Amino acid sequence: MAIVYQRSKGLADIETHYCPGCTHGIIHRLVAETLEELGVLGNTVGVAPVGCSVFAYDYFNCDMQEAAHGRAPAVATGIKRVLPDKVVFTYQGDGDLAAIGTGEITHAAMRGENITTVFVNNAIYGMTGGQMAPTTLVGQRATTAPLGRDKSHAGSPIRIAEMLATIDGAAYIERVTVTSPANVMRAKRAIKKAFELQIEGRGFTLIEVLSTCPTNWGLTPVKALEWLNENMIPVFPLGVYKDITKEA
Amino acid sequence: MAKGRVTFRQDWCKGCGLCVSVCPKKIIFLDESMTNRKGYHPATVKEMDKCIGCANCARMCPDSIITVERE
Amino acid sequence: MAKELWKGNEAIAEAAIRAGCRCYFGYPITPQSEIPEYMSLHMPKAGGIFLQSESEIAAINMVYGAAGAGARVMTSSSSPGISLKQEGISYMCGAELPGVIVNVMRGGPGLGTIQPAQGDYFQATRGGGNGDYRLIVFAPANIQEVVDLMQEAFELADRYRMPVMMLLDGMIGQMMEPIEWKKPPVSPDDLPKKSWATTGTKGEREPNIINSLFISPEACNAHNHRLEDKYRRVIANEQRYETNDTDGAKIIFVAYGTPARLARAAAGILEKEGIKAGVFRPITVWPYPYEALHQVAAQESVKAVVTVEMSTGQMVDDVRIGVNGVKPVSFVGQAGGVVPTPREVANAALKALGR
Repeated sequence: MAIVYQRSKGLADIETHYCPGCTHGIIHRLVAETLEELGVLGNTVGVAPVGCSVFAYDYFNCDMQEAAHGRAPAVATGIKRVLPDKVVFTYQGDGDLAAIGTGEITHAAMRGENITTVFVNNAIYGMTGGQMAPTTLVGQRATTAPLGRDKSHAGSPIRIAEMLATIDGAAYIERVTVTSPANVMRAKRAIKKAFELQIEGRGFTLIEVLSTCPTNWGLTPVKALEWLNENMIPVFPLGVYKDITKEA
Repeated sequence: MAKGRVTFRQDWCKGCGLCVSVCPKKIIFLDESMTNRKGYHPATVKEMDKCIGCANCARMCPDSIITVERE
Repeated sequence: MAKELWKGNEAIAEAAIRAGCRCYFGYPITPQSEIPEYMSLHMPKAGGIFLQSESEIAAINMVYGAAGAGARVMTSSSSPGISLKQEGISYMCGAELPGVIVNVMRGGPGLGTIQPAQGDYFQATRGGGNGDYRLIVFAPANIQEVVDLMQEAFELADRYRMPVMMLLDGMIGQMMEPIEWKKPPVSPDDLPKKSWATTGTKGEREPNIINSLFISPEACNAHNHRLEDKYRRVIANEQRYETNDTDGAKIIFVAYGTPARLARAAAGILEKEGIKAGVFRPITVWPYPYEALHQVAAQESVKAVVTVEMSTGQMVDDVRIGVNGVKPVSFVGQAGGVVPTPREVANAALKALGR
């Protein structure tokens, strides 16, 4: 018997604080596996801003910087400009990227900043206990939308992948999810392609990963996967939204 | 069908059940006869001979505690 | 050494490059925009990085990233822009990151005016961000002093692993003065390597982490006391000030930046009127030279201490702390870009003497 699947060396050997069944853990593993397989772990600097994944600086087995809420793309820009030969990534949640950090992510894309952003969209603020996020669905309950998000009051969800795909500096943008082994493999391919394009110097890459939040959705981990498939995917369609390797 | 084997780092398991839900052979279950130090019933397999080593479980494990072997 | 005529803002940018800074992030705002403008041409020429960011917030966070990656890095702005950077500065202090931040002050509050002022003193010396932290704050009074202090600012930032602010009023940024480049340029290659920086483990070491999050109270408390020890060392070693004709003076003016020049002119007026007056000028406004000021004020001859600022009075609080009640302390100043006249300053001294 040969080992065909095991814990990635890109993950530090410690337990995570994530809630049971939170798919942050899967996404961390896909990033870690990618860095390991591309042989760049020792050449990578990651940026973990505020959110559930702020502690990612303890979870990835590479140099990390913790950034202020929403500012990871700017911190990553500072790192990449100083160390252009390093692989630089940001790992951001939807509150961080799609709310307070929309300025920074938009301009990193505009500059074609040679970084990779892993954008975890779970339609809620997890770390702070379940408040409404820019990606919270219309009608979805949150602690700051107790009767469900009301479109006339708080608008409807923002689609980051589509939005950033309109920016020339964006080289590769895909939206994926991790709700099944097959989806996990597709997500892995997308993340790997994004990092490969960064290494080739092709510009800004972002993978939006639809992710679950069992605790704040009030669902079991398995039910959360189903809820995501049935409710989030129709609002946030999966697919490639920008791919400069396909153009020209 | 290929023969496989899975091992669980049970003391890190959070009993989330994602592995249970994706095993094509339905052989993974949360062991309610024990509680790990985190207070969860960890995932385990009794009928290991039915394992085909497809690694679905490992792909869905948020805590990367499953190692999969295959012939 | 030849004297050269330089505009303040451009001299600041050139001084930073000469001090080995190879990384600048900035955003336009009057009255400091010549700094990013100069950097946009000359930093790349020096083999460095210039980037105009989308906001002052983005700029300070780029500084954070670059500093964490080991670079000598600078940003500059003016008052409202510096307000936007406060969280980033607090993060840099918490994560113990070096960097130089130039504030070319303008009138406030809010949009205020683009004219020179000193209304950001509290923000600079007490900290405009969250938490217990401090910055070393230099307060140069002319362009020569700015360029002389720039290299030191970067050295202290690296030595103590903390941000250093260059606090000057818009006048110093906008005027032109002859200066000399007294120190030879520093090459970044000669700077000591930063083993703590995130430069990639190369598989040879444990990951470096730049971080200001200490979620457990014990850890966060311990971290705060570590920072406190650092600040105590800075207070013990890095106080700088200058005195002019303060020995045996009856009046002591206390002023920094452009008002220090006004105070010297006012002292000249008082001399002619038979009153000996001197000027105590802090060069670091944090750490503030309290003891030195106290000794000057405690002289038998001194009857009154007069603080001069281009604000409605902020440094005067520190003057009161330094003088500690041994002599009366009064204040004269204008804000919003209005500059007090030497006569006005001299009259304030006469008033303090009950004349």
